[in-house]
Amino acid sequence: MKKLQTLFLGVLVIIAVLFAGVLQLKKQTGMSGAETVNIYNWGDYLAPDLITKFEKETGYKVNYDTFDSNEAMYTKIKQGGTSYDITVPSDYMTQKMIKEHLVTKLSADKIKGLANIGPAYLNRSFDPHNQYSIPYFWGTLGIIYNDKFYQKTDVDHWSKLWDQKFRNQLMFIDGAREYLGVGLLTLGYSQNTTDQAKLLEASAKLRQLKPNIKAIAADEIKMYLADEEGRVAVEYSGEASEMLAENSHLHYVIPQEGTNVWFDNLVIPRSAQNKKGAYAFINFMLRPENAARNARYIGYSTPNQAALKLLPAKIRQNQAFYPSQAQLRKMEVYQDLGQKKVQEYNDLYLTLKIKK
Amino acid sequence: MQKMRSLFAVPYALWLMFFVFAPIALIVGYSLMDINGHLTLTNYQDFFSSSNYLLLTLSSFWYALLITLCTLLFGYPMAYCLTHLKHRDLWLMLVILPTWISLLLKAYAFIGIFGIHGGVNQFLGLFGIPARQILFTNFSFVFVSAYIELPFMILPIYNSLVEIDSSLIFASYDLGANKWQTFTKIIWPLSLSGVKSGIQAIFIPSLSLFMLTRLIGGNHVITLGTAIEEHFLVTQNWGMGATIGVVLIIIMLLVMGLTRQRKGGS
Amino acid sequence: MKKNKIATLYLTVMFIVLYLPIFYLIGFSFNAGQTMNKFTGFSLVHFQELFSDSRLLLILLETFLLAFLSALLATLVGICGTLWIRYTKKKVTKNALLAANNLLLVSPDVIIGASFLILFTVLGKVISGFNLGFLTVLLSHVAFSVPIVVLMILPQLEKMNESLIFAAQDLGANYWQTLTNVILPYLTPGIIAGYFMAFTYSLDDFAVTFFVTGGGFTTLSVEIYSRARQGVSLEVNALSTLVFVFALVLVAGYYWISQDGSSSRKKRKKRG
Repeated sequence: MKKLQTLFLGVLVIIAVLFAGVLQLKKQTGMSGAETVNIYNWGDYLAPDLITKFEKETGYKVNYDTFDSNEAMYTKIKQGGTSYDITVPSDYMTQKMIKEHLVTKLSADKIKGLANIGPAYLNRSFDPHNQYSIPYFWGTLGIIYNDKFYQKTDVDHWSKLWDQKFRNQLMFIDGAREYLGVGLLTLGYSQNTTDQAKLLEASAKLRQLKPNIKAIAADEIKMYLADEEGRVAVEYSGEASEMLAENSHLHYVIPQEGTNVWFDNLVIPRSAQNKKGAYAFINFMLRPENAARNARYIGYSTPNQAALKLLPAKIRQNQAFYPSQAQLRKMEVYQDLGQKKVQEYNDLYLTLKIKK
Repeated sequence: MQKMRSLFAVPYALWLMFFVFAPIALIVGYSLMDINGHLTLTNYQDFFSSSNYLLLTLSSFWYALLITLCTLLFGYPMAYCLTHLKHRDLWLMLVILPTWISLLLKAYAFIGIFGIHGGVNQFLGLFGIPARQILFTNFSFVFVSAYIELPFMILPIYNSLVEIDSSLIFASYDLGANKWQTFTKIIWPLSLSGVKSGIQAIFIPSLSLFMLTRLIGGNHVITLGTAIEEHFLVTQNWGMGATIGVVLIIIMLLVMGLTRQRKGGS
Repeated sequence: MKKNKIATLYLTVMFIVLYLPIFYLIGFSFNAGQTMNKFTGFSLVHFQELFSDSRLLLILLETFLLAFLSALLATLVGICGTLWIRYTKKKVTKNALLAANNLLLVSPDVIIGASFLILFTVLGKVISGFNLGFLTVLLSHVAFSVPIVVLMILPQLEKMNESLIFAAQDLGANYWQTLTNVILPYLTPGIIAGYFMAFTYSLDDFAVTFFVTGGGFTTLSVEIYSRARQGVSLEVNALSTLVFVFALVLVAGYYWISQDGSSSRKKRKKRG
């Protein structure tokens, strides 16, 4: 019994010490009593110094909670029990949340600096008049290759991925829309098709791609490519920019057939408690110097044109990450297809993954 | 002790009610609903008529079996050796310690270690063995999964081994039994309860691994976990996801029933 | 002697394998570069980053507070459960209890998380002011750790000789004394093992915590997983190094205390 008692007491002491530590740290960081702005965002997707700057400027205290996927975030917001003032869904998820009345309509007169956002990034199909969302970052889906093994002409079309020389070399981002989307693009169809025949055709086409697939992975692709474990990958531009910074042999290409263009957007959930704070945050992020700082920290493409002017020419003029308007027009945003079609895409994808 | 029983029952029964029966009732409820919220058995029909799910179930079982076997094979001798060490409690805790580091980080470390230019291949290179693909193979998936689960097998086995009365072992030697006989007749049967705990703590959770199938297996290995995650998050078809959960629960009950019968038989 | 050597060799190899990834992570926390791909030089820059990042430090403390507390509560509930199951006479009831105990252990995390989320939001509608946050995470962690605690203690209790209890009662011990002086000391190894397992489960969990958390409360694993898209920085490695060192100190401290206790007991025995 003595041993148990000592242990029990020890654990209680540790708990007390930790509790005191938590209180102390909270006192240090937060101006307790101040109004909070609850931000629900991807992990590490906002420069920490901007949070401090925002807190100093406005007197709000920021709570920064994180999620790891659109779907996980959606489930939490939909189920309730929390009150987030700002969250950052991608395009199709923005559309879905608007459809299900999970986000608040923005009042235009409270938003300052919307003119800083380039016209090409506004009025996209998921929110035609930007009544609900403000673009935060954007990018494309493309191909990354290592110039030690391949050259640009090897990957400038999606259809070239089926080539023999990629046998067991290709890495693919783990996602039903992305995987089937590449099949649809190669066949010249829309990535948002709901036509079953076209989907089946794409999936048959992708079946032939299987021998070339080395792995279907997610965020880890960054590590694989930088390590040269993988030589070529289908990836998002955001992640690509990080890889390119690490390994100078890597290059990012947007294939000729066009591709998917994605947007992460700032929205105010309907359950928000501090809408004033949310607007203050949106306006803060729309300011060019803040958007530019954020873009440099995250490394993704910013839709804020005034901020773009503040970035070094090397970034600004990089066609891979800031493609021309003409190229941009050829790109499609994923649309929310409704649960039934999403299920169909995923079932096909699961079958493709299982069958050898 | 019978009178005390009802007192102990209170906190545990509360826990059972709120965190076991209520959620399970919810899950069973969801599994009986289609995506429009109507009462139906179609989820079960879909599950049992779809070759995809049956294949997934099979491969999940196969890998869970492999992982459990590996942990038992490597864990049992380790637990056994540990009990003979001088500072055995300390060493046991050192076995548990690695589990306190995030699974994701450990998986990242393995990506570095198993990579084509990683530590293992460089080591093999010293002996003139050419670099080979280790990641995305069944071997690496089973290895890393077994690595992650190993402490959960060692701990219960260790506990059951420690409790064996050493006089029993001496008695066995006195009666002329050799080491092997002592092990099979005395030590193994007496540590069986620990082995069972270990298997229960590993086998069924292994059926629904999904993180490692992607990280280390590159989605070449797919288990029921992948399908569950997809249904709960991506397609938001909680009914189908819950159905798979219910099937897993039924499988567990069957496994438990089987192990009990065997106990009664012997 | 020969067998001893084999055992030592085996243990050495196993420990090397167990700690290889850990040391790999720790090594890179001293990397001057930004990633785990190449070691470009020794530097403490990531520790500096970490110590100036009060948000991450707060998460670290909260994570451990949660783990210690939830494991404690889970162990208490687990002990109660074990005793209840053990002293249930009817075989059918006992088996049913055991099965119910294992249900959470076999349900995939995502399912547990989702169903707890529904449960808590329903509760939130009934009780005003009940929001997702520390309390809900604590309750969930206790909930999913209870079965493993029971699983660790029950085999020991099953093996315990009933006559010990009768003897104690014959000597005039009441129920409480029997429990604290006879049963619990006997179960100590199982209880400690159960506590450790519950602690480990709590530190490890991502999916359940993600679903039931809110209001600014986050744990390390949620933070680490949600950083994956942007790339997990070496700051997190530095954090793991700290956790590891802290854990080592804890284990050594515990060991020192327990050694001390047992050696003094031995002394007493000698004197007596």
